[in-house]
Amino acid sequence: MNYDQARYGDDERYEPLLSEKDGKEVDPGEGSVLPDDLTRDSLELPELSEPELARHYTRLSQMNWSVEAGPYPLGSCTMKYNPSFTDVVAADPNAAVHPDRDPATVQGNLELLHGLQGYLADIGGMDAVTLQPPAGAAGEFAGITVAKAYHEANGDDRSEVIVPASAHGTNFATAAMAGYDVVELPSDEDGRVDVEALEAAVSEDTAALMLTNPNTVGLFERDIEEIATVVHDAGGLLYYDGANLNALLGRARPGDMGFDIMHYNVHKTFATPHGGGGPGAGPVGVTGELAEFLPRPQVREAPDGDGYELFDPERSVGKVHGFLGNWLVLVRAYAYIHRLGDQGLLDASAKAVLNANYLAERVEFDVPYGPFHHEFAATSGDRDAADVAKRMLDYGVHPPTTKWPEMVPEAMLTEPTEAESKSSLDDLAAAFNAAAADSVEELETAPSKTTARRIDQADAARNPRLSWQALGESPDDS
Amino acid sequence: MSGRSEGTPFAPHTAETTAEMLAAVGVDEEAELFDIPDAVAFDGEFGIPARSEREVIGDLRDTFARNDDLTEFLGRGHYGHYVPALVDDLSSRSEFLTSYTQYQPEITQGFLQALFEYQSMLVELTGLPVANCSMYDAATALAEAALLADRVRSTSGETVLVPEDLRDGKRSTLDNYVDGSSLSVATYPYDDGVVDLDALRDRVDDDVCYVYAENPTVTGAIEENLATVGDVAADNDALFCVGSDVVALGLLREPASAGADVVVGEAGALGLPTAYGMGLGLFACREEYLRQVPGRLVGAGEDAAGMRAYTLTLQTREQHIRKERATSNICTNQAWVALRTAMHVAMLGASGLADLAEDCVRNARDLAADLDDLDGVTAPLHDRHHFREFAVGVDDAPAVAAGLRERGYAVHVLDDGTLQVCVTDLNAGERDGLVAAFAEVTDR
Repeated sequence: MNYDQARYGDDERYEPLLSEKDGKEVDPGEGSVLPDDLTRDSLELPELSEPELARHYTRLSQMNWSVEAGPYPLGSCTMKYNPSFTDVVAADPNAAVHPDRDPATVQGNLELLHGLQGYLADIGGMDAVTLQPPAGAAGEFAGITVAKAYHEANGDDRSEVIVPASAHGTNFATAAMAGYDVVELPSDEDGRVDVEALEAAVSEDTAALMLTNPNTVGLFERDIEEIATVVHDAGGLLYYDGANLNALLGRARPGDMGFDIMHYNVHKTFATPHGGGGPGAGPVGVTGELAEFLPRPQVREAPDGDGYELFDPERSVGKVHGFLGNWLVLVRAYAYIHRLGDQGLLDASAKAVLNANYLAERVEFDVPYGPFHHEFAATSGDRDAADVAKRMLDYGVHPPTTKWPEMVPEAMLTEPTEAESKSSLDDLAAAFNAAAADSVEELETAPSKTTARRIDQADAARNPRLSWQALGESPDDS
Repeated sequence: MSGRSEGTPFAPHTAETTAEMLAAVGVDEEAELFDIPDAVAFDGEFGIPARSEREVIGDLRDTFARNDDLTEFLGRGHYGHYVPALVDDLSSRSEFLTSYTQYQPEITQGFLQALFEYQSMLVELTGLPVANCSMYDAATALAEAALLADRVRSTSGETVLVPEDLRDGKRSTLDNYVDGSSLSVATYPYDDGVVDLDALRDRVDDDVCYVYAENPTVTGAIEENLATVGDVAADNDALFCVGSDVVALGLLREPASAGADVVVGEAGALGLPTAYGMGLGLFACREEYLRQVPGRLVGAGEDAAGMRAYTLTLQTREQHIRKERATSNICTNQAWVALRTAMHVAMLGASGLADLAEDCVRNARDLAADLDDLDGVTAPLHDRHHFREFAVGVDDAPAVAAGLRERGYAVHVLDDGTLQVCVTDLNAGERDGLVAAFAEVTDR
């Protein structure tokens, strides 16, 4: 497939840049009822008409890839199609209430939160769920905070969290943020957790093992029961990173595998458009013995059977968000689960896994390990994976995640999700394979059909220009 | 919608293509692809029936209709302003809405430029040269700022100083974020709704590495001595962090001029409906902290053709590269909300934003005056300039709030004798109704 992305920057007249050229300066203090020393002297912001702004943002949108434009097979990111009806549900004006409303006056919202807590608990095999964390990494932090509170309540001073080398960077950062030393666990030659290495790593210092299953090359950790036993025997807790839960919907539950705490990336597994980087939501599920430590407040049915109420778990860790979290994302997740039902959830994992395995068959790069669940890491071998990715842009597909995980050299971590059709997967494979056949020079000079040509990332980092105010300071800027 | 009667309607496969794909993979059925030991396998029975799109929309419409229809005079750090229709329209374009983080900048210039423009607007509003492209909300932004202070502090001090009146959501989030660091949180008092300067001076010593002050304060008072608070912090080599919001910054003196090292707060006051507490954390700071900033940054650069281009930059600070040494664990942020906020600010322009902010002062002043005219009502409780909101003294606050609720109005109850009322462009038209309801309820 050939592809040409929109570009408006070539002609000075059409450069869609807001304020650098179109700013207007006013003095907000002039005529204010406030005394002059409390108000600013100047404010300069874009001052454009509504049609000009409509055109500005429309053009920007046309210079942007999206999952509705084509496949977005970013491994471990689960970029699936987002059904539009969830936008309709989330836009209901009755749901957009202020968070300080008396709970008795927002029974509809509480009913939805209570229902979602229940669905997520069932899907994860957990006993209690908090919906408060506003993203997956925030869920990790809430979960590890709960683990810490649990150990402390038992008078148990533990200092380490174990994380497999292949895990998401957020796991390491979260454990450090919570004050733990991070113990990195190597993978075995099959790409899975090395149980012997785990046995050597656990100790009375082990607070938790953070694990993704299937892991970040799409492999199911078949020894999960043994892993759970090793961690639990050492007095540690088993934490499930929900990034790859889409592969397991209805087929296995983290709670049944021995996990004590998990987060759900509801914006990945269920449905929320990723919005160019967020918002997401990262609810956390725990087993019964950890429920009393969950962030406050929680939702439950009122004891008199009359509606729903908020309550604070007895030994709550407190809060990880100012209010109740990313409400509009939670609404979409609830609507999506309702739409799919049991059979839809099962089919989502079936098609996601089928698609990954089909694409892995079609790609001519080497694909180590296996069998795969929802994603696989091809290797571009002696070719630079980042260059291959840039070349794929010219073929009208978004490339996979590159150079990660490190256990696969020149990794191209590919996750097509259930949203791609057979013909779309064939196009993706064709893009992989065309790039594999192209010369190194063609790869290094790609892309040529996108809005921008190859961007000099090193220069952008060396000479940071982070606002239009800073552009004027750059000697390179003309 | 897929024509298939069961399974997800959002997978495009037909029975024929599924069969072809299974054959290509070399299995007879999808179940064979799952490498899950029997002992941990699940049967898929959750008891959730599938529903049609129309049923789901209808069911949830009914659910939300169970919320009471109240006119909200609620604020305390979370605000509803009218969001122009164009913001909904443009931000909902699928090229924005269904895009991912800009890991391939050549194909995501549109979103990157929009975020660059958002950063630029915050630089203008805060007076600080660096703004990131979002934290989750004001509470997490405040907490991240404390962790930044821990990384950059030049003193041995380990105390984070915040107002006694800080909202619980912010305080508790802050407590959790600093729990893994060497920092501890302490408070300083307010006097008549703003910082008690004498008490603050007494409290700040070598142990303090971070002073946080809000402008406007949690009860809407405009802080008249912000620069003095900044001096107290600076004299002790403590980082000075100011909490504000994107509308207030359009009128009030930019925090950088009061010596702010970091500005945090709520940027979703524009672009986002109240959304039951969903937010957009604003985060800006001085240039020297650039490499310690949490979250994502968009930078301008050049492409191979010499054209200006935008890219995520300084990613060596981030968790996907630095792992446990990252400046924060944030990955998914609030980018789409930041896009909406930028659109809303652009819609207003400099004069529109300044006017909106000025209305926040006038509306609060006028409503307070009307309420203060009522017997048994004191408003504003604090003798200050106010932005959007103010505390109200009454005899029996819970009873008054309950009476207002019966008449269709929601206000905050702060304690037995104090309410708080917030007025913006959204509810200003209901002002007379609120005052009349107050009169009925407080009439003895």
